[in-house]
Amino acid sequence: MKRVALTGNEAVSLAMKQINPDVVAAYPITPQTEIVQMFSQYVADGQVDTEFITVESEHSAMSASIGASASGARAMTATSANGLALMWEVMYIAASSRLPIIMPVVNRALSAPINIHCDHSDAMGARDSGWIQLFSENSQEAYDNVIQAIRIAESANVLLPVMVNLDGFIISHAVENIDVLDDEKVQDFIGSYTADYSLLDKDNPITFGPLALQDYYFEAKRQQVEAMKYAHKAIPEVAREYEKLTGRGYGYFTPYRMEDAEVVIIGLGSTMGTAQVAVDELRKEGNKVGLLKLRVFRPFPKEELARMLAGIPVVGVMDRADTFSGNGGPLFADLNTVLYGGEERPELYNFIYGLGGRDINVSNLMEIYRYLLNARDGQTLNRVNYFGVRE
Amino acid sequence: MATLKEMSRKEEILTGGHRLCAGCGASIVARQVLSATQNPVVVALATGCLEVSTTIYPHTAWRSSYIHNAFENVAATLSGVETAFRALKKRGKLEGDFDFIAFGGDGGTYDIGLQSLSGAMERGHDLLYVCYDNGAYMNTGIQRSSATPSGADTTTSPAGRVIPGKRENRKELTDIIAAHNIPYVAQAAPSNWKDMTRKAQKALESDGSTFLNTLAVCPRGWRTAEEKGIEITKLAVDTCFWPLFEVENGKWKLNYKPKEKLPLVEWLKVQGRFKHLFQKGNEEMLEKMQEYVDQRWQKILRLCGEE
Ligand SMILES: Cc1ncc(C[n+]2csc(CCOP(=O)(O)OP(=O)(O)O)c2C)c(N)n1
Repeated sequence: MKRVALTGNEAVSLAMKQINPDVVAAYPITPQTEIVQMFSQYVADGQVDTEFITVESEHSAMSASIGASASGARAMTATSANGLALMWEVMYIAASSRLPIIMPVVNRALSAPINIHCDHSDAMGARDSGWIQLFSENSQEAYDNVIQAIRIAESANVLLPVMVNLDGFIISHAVENIDVLDDEKVQDFIGSYTADYSLLDKDNPITFGPLALQDYYFEAKRQQVEAMKYAHKAIPEVAREYEKLTGRGYGYFTPYRMEDAEVVIIGLGSTMGTAQVAVDELRKEGNKVGLLKLRVFRPFPKEELARMLAGIPVVGVMDRADTFSGNGGPLFADLNTVLYGGEERPELYNFIYGLGGRDINVSNLMEIYRYLLNARDGQTLNRVNYFGVRE
Repeated sequence: MATLKEMSRKEEILTGGHRLCAGCGASIVARQVLSATQNPVVVALATGCLEVSTTIYPHTAWRSSYIHNAFENVAATLSGVETAFRALKKRGKLEGDFDFIAFGGDGGTYDIGLQSLSGAMERGHDLLYVCYDNGAYMNTGIQRSSATPSGADTTTSPAGRVIPGKRENRKELTDIIAAHNIPYVAQAAPSNWKDMTRKAQKALESDGSTFLNTLAVCPRGWRTAEEKGIEITKLAVDTCFWPLFEVENGKWKLNYKPKEKLPLVEWLKVQGRFKHLFQKGNEEMLEKMQEYVDQRWQKILRLCGEE
C-alpha cells in the first residue's frame, strides 16, 4: 500500500489498470474523458494487456461490453451524463442478461441546457435498469468501490452489472491523497474470472438474448429481483474482505455522529463530506445533528435504513436530481416508501440542490440543518425544497 | 471450396422447426452463408424477423452460439465478442478459431444500425456482417426503410390517391461499406447460391471486417407466391436491380452479367407491392425506376472495368 496524490479520474483509471480487464470499450465525454485517455495510455505503454475497443458511441460501448461479457471476458466501460443516457436501452439488456460489467460513471447533469457539471440526474435516470449502484464521497472511495465492484458483480447468484458513481469535477478533477494497493494485491483480491456460460465455449454453444413472451419474460425479471437480494448480501461480505486488506471499512451507508441525533441529513456523493464539517460546526453549538452517507443506492438497503432512521424526529433528504413528479427527488421517494407505516417514523423533508454543478458549501449545509432544526421545534417547512436556486 | 454435395452433408447450424414464414428468404441466406463456415461459429442477430422467429424461449433453432442484443447494435455486440475472443486467446484462456457472423435486416443495417456497423467496419474486427435485405421493416409489418425500392407500397409509404408508394430511391449500402476500405465487400443473392457460398467463404477467410449484402425475398412484404422466391430473386439479378459484384481490397469485380438484361418491369410485375404502378397515370414512375436501375448498372460496370 502506498499513499499518492490522485484526482478521482486518475484513481479510477489506476483501479482499472490494476484490474487489467480483458476488454474495455469506452467513448469520451466530459468529465469522464480523462479515464478513457489514461486507460488508452496504459494500453499503449503495455501496462495492461486489455483489448481496448475505441467504439463510435456509448451505445456501442455498452453493446460491445455486453458482447464481451457474454463471451466470458471481464468487461469494463465508463461514461457520464448524455453518454449514460445514450446507453439506456442496452443497460437494461446488460442487467437482464446477467452480465457482470463494471462501469464508473462520473456524474454530470443531463441536457438541456447542456451542462458539463455535477449532478446525479444521469445515474438516477438509470436507477430502474437493474444495475447495482454505488456512490463515492471522494477519490479514495471511488478507487475502493471500483475494485470491490468486480467482486460484487461476479459473486455467485449475483451476476449483475455495477455502476460506480463519482461526482463530476468535484471528485473527478480534484486531487486528494489516497491509499492505493499494490497491483498484485488487487489481482489477489479480485481473483480470476470464469463465466458459467460463454459464447466461446465451443463444446457448449449457448443462446443469449432470446425472445421470451408472456410465458417466460416475467420469470426472468423476477430472478433479477432475487439477484439483487444476493447483491445485498454480497456487498457487505466483499466489504469485510476488503477491510481486512486495506483497513478501510464499507457498508451500505456510513453514519456520522448519529448516536443522539435529532436531525439527520442523508444523501449521496461528495456533498456528504461537506456536510460532515457542517455537523461538526453545529455540534460545537450543542445541536444534536447527524449525517448518513448512503453508499449503496441499488439495491436499496431498506431494512437497514429503516432501522437506522427510526426514532429520529427529523430527516433531511438531499437529492442532486429531480424526478419532476412534483413530489421530490428520487432518494426522497425511496425513503418515504421505506419508512411508510414504520414505527417512530421520522418527518422527512427533501432538499433538491446542486443541479448542473451549482456549488454547495459548509454554510449552505448549516443553513439546511437550521431549517430542519426549526422544523423539529415546530416551525413549518415545505416537504420539498429547492435549495440555492433563483425562484 | 466445398462442393454442393459436401455442403449438403454439413450439419445445419440453423435447424428446421423455427417459425419464419414459408418461403422466407432470410433463412435461405443464413443457411447458404453458414454452409461456408469451417470453424465453430458465433452468430449475432439484430432484432428482426430472423431473430424473433428462431429463438422463442425456451427453444432455439441455433446449433451454434448465438447472441441477440438489440435492433441497432449487432455489429457493436459482435465486435465485443470478437474482441473478447482475442483477449482471452492472448491470455491463454482459449484455443482454436471461431467464425463470427452478424445478420441484420435492411432496417437494422441500412438505417438504425448503420452507425454501429460503420464503427465496427472502421475498427476492422475480424467478423462477417451479412445484411438480408428484404426491402422493408418486415417484422413490424412492412414499413419502408432506406433500402426499399422506390415505388414500393409499404405501410409507411402506402400507395395512395396522391402519392404512388415510396418516392425516394434506395440507398446503396454496399457502396457505402466498400468506402470503408475493408478487405472484402460483396453483393449476392440466394438465387445464385454458388456465388453466395463462395463469397461467404472468401469473406470468412479474409482477415478483418467483411460485409455481404444479400437480397432476401419476403413473400408477405413483396406479396409474392411463397414457392416462387428464388425465381423472383433471379429476376432481380437479371433485371440488374440487384447486381452481383465484389470489392476485394478495393478492386471492384462483376460476378454476373445477364446474357439478356431484362426490363425492370419483369421483376416488378410479379410483386403485389408494385401493382399500383401498372395503373394508368403511373407510367412515368416506371420509367424513372428503370432509369435509376440503368444508371446504377452503368456505374457498377464502370467501377468493375466492364465498360
Ligand atoms: C430501438 C428500436 N426501435 C424499433 C424497434 C422495433 N422493431 C423491431 S424489428 C423492426 C424492424 C426490423 O426490420 P429489418 O431490420 O428490416 O428486419 P426484418 O424485420 O425485415 O427481418 C423494428 C422497427 C426496436 N426493436 N428497437
